[in-house]
Amino acid sequence: MTDRKIDACSVIVATGHARICDLDPCQHGKDFFVPVNRPVIGRASVANEIDKVVLTGDDIRRALTRISHEILEQNRAARDLVLVGLHTRGVHLAKRLGDNIEKFEGFAPAVGSLDPRLWRDDPDKALDQPLQPSEIPTEVTDRPVVIVDDVLYTGRTVRAAMEALLDFGRAKRIQLAVLVDRGHRELPIRPDYVGKNIPTAHGERVQVRITEIDGEDAVLLGRER
Amino acid sequence: MMADPRRHLLDLDDLDALEIEGLLNSAEGMLEIAGRDVRKTPALRGKTIITLFFENSTRTRVSFEQAGKILGADVINVAASTSSLSKGESLLNTVKTLEAMQIDALVVRHPHSGAPYFIANHTDASVVNAGDGTHAHPTQSLLDLFTVRKHLGDLAGKRIAIVGDILYSRVARSDIIAFQKMGAEVVVSCPNTLLPDEWQPGSILGQQTGFENLEIARNVDEAVEGADVVMALRIQQERQEAGHLPSLREYSDRWGINSRRMAMAHDGALLMHPGPMNEGVEIASDVAHGVQSVIEEQVRSGVAVRMAVLYALCARSRSARNGAGTEN
Repeated sequence: MTDRKIDACSVIVATGHARICDLDPCQHGKDFFVPVNRPVIGRASVANEIDKVVLTGDDIRRALTRISHEILEQNRAARDLVLVGLHTRGVHLAKRLGDNIEKFEGFAPAVGSLDPRLWRDDPDKALDQPLQPSEIPTEVTDRPVVIVDDVLYTGRTVRAAMEALLDFGRAKRIQLAVLVDRGHRELPIRPDYVGKNIPTAHGERVQVRITEIDGEDAVLLGRER
Repeated sequence: MMADPRRHLLDLDDLDALEIEGLLNSAEGMLEIAGRDVRKTPALRGKTIITLFFENSTRTRVSFEQAGKILGADVINVAASTSSLSKGESLLNTVKTLEAMQIDALVVRHPHSGAPYFIANHTDASVVNAGDGTHAHPTQSLLDLFTVRKHLGDLAGKRIAIVGDILYSRVARSDIIAFQKMGAEVVVSCPNTLLPDEWQPGSILGQQTGFENLEIARNVDEAVEGADVVMALRIQQERQEAGHLPSLREYSDRWGINSRRMAMAHDGALLMHPGPMNEGVEIASDVAHGVQSVIEEQVRSGVAVRMAVLYALCARSRSARNGAGTEN
């Protein structure tokens, strides 16, 4: 029980909702992002008082629902759609968009994953994280593709992803969906679907946490540490 | 960032299980790229990799060349027999000459144990050991780990039987270290004449560090019994003039891996061989090409693993790798 309590509370502190509680067992369950009885996967955030929640789990759900509708609006040939999530969190967001579209329209669009790291202009970045296998489950030639990522910042990852994607075929159209656009583009890249625009400073850090990896859905804004 | 970026890959003895696992995980991504229709990435664009081979090789050299090319590097192959070495140039001068051409990595195979270490001490380029004498062959071991992991999952607790010419085998030494680091148990079996003196039961030479937990089977049947992986090593005919074996026929009979011996291994056990094979000597043709054989897959894994290694060593700029650069 002790471990679970610490997990839950460290998340709560990260999301700024409460301080670490010293009750055992922790009594704060329903006020928290993560119910006390759900184990927290992934690294537990270090307590940081400056972190602020900019999107809650419900906000994220609504944003993804809206984006799913917008994608359907913009793509008449929705059955041909290929959603490509960028590793790591974009992959899960793409799956959720795919699930939404299946719910609304009754057919499941193709959902794939892509790790564009080797196409970056700084390929040595994140060398300590292993390269993930990409999986594009279908032919992309002549089909509309939506690249899905969690945060759009400089645009360099998206550029790399577009170039990597071209090796799989000549997509009819490539669009971009992001959960958060934090500005500061360094390349002429513009998203087609945005969950939320969050104006940020360079020294700030946008942290997207999603249940599949981090045990909770939230977007946090904090200082670079 | 990693605290201390690795510059060379000379042996697996200075890698911990975590770093090995990182390379294997990375190789999973590389394997997918190597299997695409368009197999090319710009990751090492503008980098130069030289393969410097002082011994004959097909699969290792081609595999490194392909790995480098898929990653976008320029790969130049130097074979000692066609280079100035045959005119009497020293190893040091050859390395200095290549070094002056601003290379990023040197992939070295050399008949003398330790030669890649000597080269690493005299160059700013990353050095990858592609087999040195009877000492080490780290990328072969990584690809063996990778292949086994793909079929059997977690390596911990698996029983690996290595059968054959242990004395002259750098693959055996590297594999023993590698599999043990990942928590597997390793048993070797070979004619007594092909077992290193210091591994002989009751040897007064003392154990080499890193081989304390090695099990030495009394015969090949005992080694393969219940094994999850059976690895046959090549009988290096060019090295058999020393009289280690009475005859190849006798070796094949007493130590060769055949269907009867594979049947003694664990259900679903894998059969491996680092190649090139002497079919009918250390391995029977029917099992070498049978359902349990992953020998061709080892070759495929080799490209992915070498991509992961070259990427890990060369992705940084030269100045950053040599400690002169700044972060970002």
